[in-house]
Amino acid sequence: MTGAKILGFGGYQPDQVVTNDDLAKLVETSDEWIRTRVGIQERRFAREDETVADMAEAAGAKAIAASGLEPSDIDLVIVATCSPESLMPTVAATVAHRLGIVAPGAYDLNAACAGFCYAVGAAADSVRAGSARHALVIGAEKMTSWMDWSDRSTCIIFADGAGAAVVGPTADGEREGIGPIVWGSAGDQGHKIVIEGRTGKLTQDGQAVFRWATTALAPVALEACRRAGVTPAEISAFIPHQANLRIIEAIAKKLGIPRDRVADDIITAGNTSSASVPLALSRMAEQGRLQPGKPALLLAFGAGLSYASQVVTVP
Amino acid sequence: MTDQEILAGLAEIIEEIAGTPADEVTPEANFVDDLDIDSLSMVEIAVAAQDKFGVEIPDEQLKDLKTVQDVVTFVSKSS
Repeated sequence: MTGAKILGFGGYQPDQVVTNDDLAKLVETSDEWIRTRVGIQERRFAREDETVADMAEAAGAKAIAASGLEPSDIDLVIVATCSPESLMPTVAATVAHRLGIVAPGAYDLNAACAGFCYAVGAAADSVRAGSARHALVIGAEKMTSWMDWSDRSTCIIFADGAGAAVVGPTADGEREGIGPIVWGSAGDQGHKIVIEGRTGKLTQDGQAVFRWATTALAPVALEACRRAGVTPAEISAFIPHQANLRIIEAIAKKLGIPRDRVADDIITAGNTSSASVPLALSRMAEQGRLQPGKPALLLAFGAGLSYASQVVTVP
Repeated sequence: MTDQEILAGLAEIIEEIAGTPADEVTPEANFVDDLDIDSLSMVEIAVAAQDKFGVEIPDEQLKDLKTVQDVVTFVSKSS
């Protein structure tokens, strides 16, 4: 029975650095307020002409290179995004073409900020079932397209970027490298994070989302550990969606995972929705905080409300 | 539960969540001005209080609870 594992990953951040002071010129806020309440020091904004597909392509290329594969080895492309400029053609088909991937299965997946973990789960399932051999999974967002720049409760949080991973089969006799997904939704609370219609801007009930995230998600992550046969103590790195540093630290504390094992890319990346988990993973690798062969715990959550978690072996 | 017991339980929670020493948690203490506790920490305190005292403190109610005594009174009245 084939298992699945992550072969390589990579991230892309746009060039433009936007500081808290920059945003304090737009709305009534301050560097101190943003750092203490959200944890962000700076974030990146895509150029006006830079698209979700552009960012997805950049991250995708890095992940393929990191995996040691060629584009021609990829037969499935899944792009998790909730901010594409157009509904069609899909970002996945566009990016596949640009990367020189030949006729892969290609689809976009919208599970908002939970998207990357959903997509890794879907890719792993496809590889195990034999529907694909090597899947390129990308989380790519241009959240700035959907911001109300007069709403200081949201425009200081969200940012742009992309991250990607290649999922492939385990070798003969190799143990499973992507644990079973624990995913779910709370549609009764869907009204708490919304982008209305085709032209709406993102609004959220931040306090309610904070309450939900700090209470409902630690059990999900724990269950993902249990299903993967690891304890939180064995988790070498915890990579939660980078929604808010207070949420990240509250969940890590509930799981008993030491702060130095917790991804905190939000500090320089902001909240990039479905790009945040793979970007945070890439940042931890750059910081030398990942240990190849050890289990890492991913947890993504957000609008829907949706959530997903799985344990993966660090490549 | 007596008010004293609620206060002691609340002081424990506040120490755990905000790091404020329990002896600084006096009834008159204002969360924002005296204890430097913001609205996000108030949510965490409310959730912990729900676990400890079995009393739900919804978000809409939280903004009216400005002092430690406000919370003690709320918990006492609801239990």
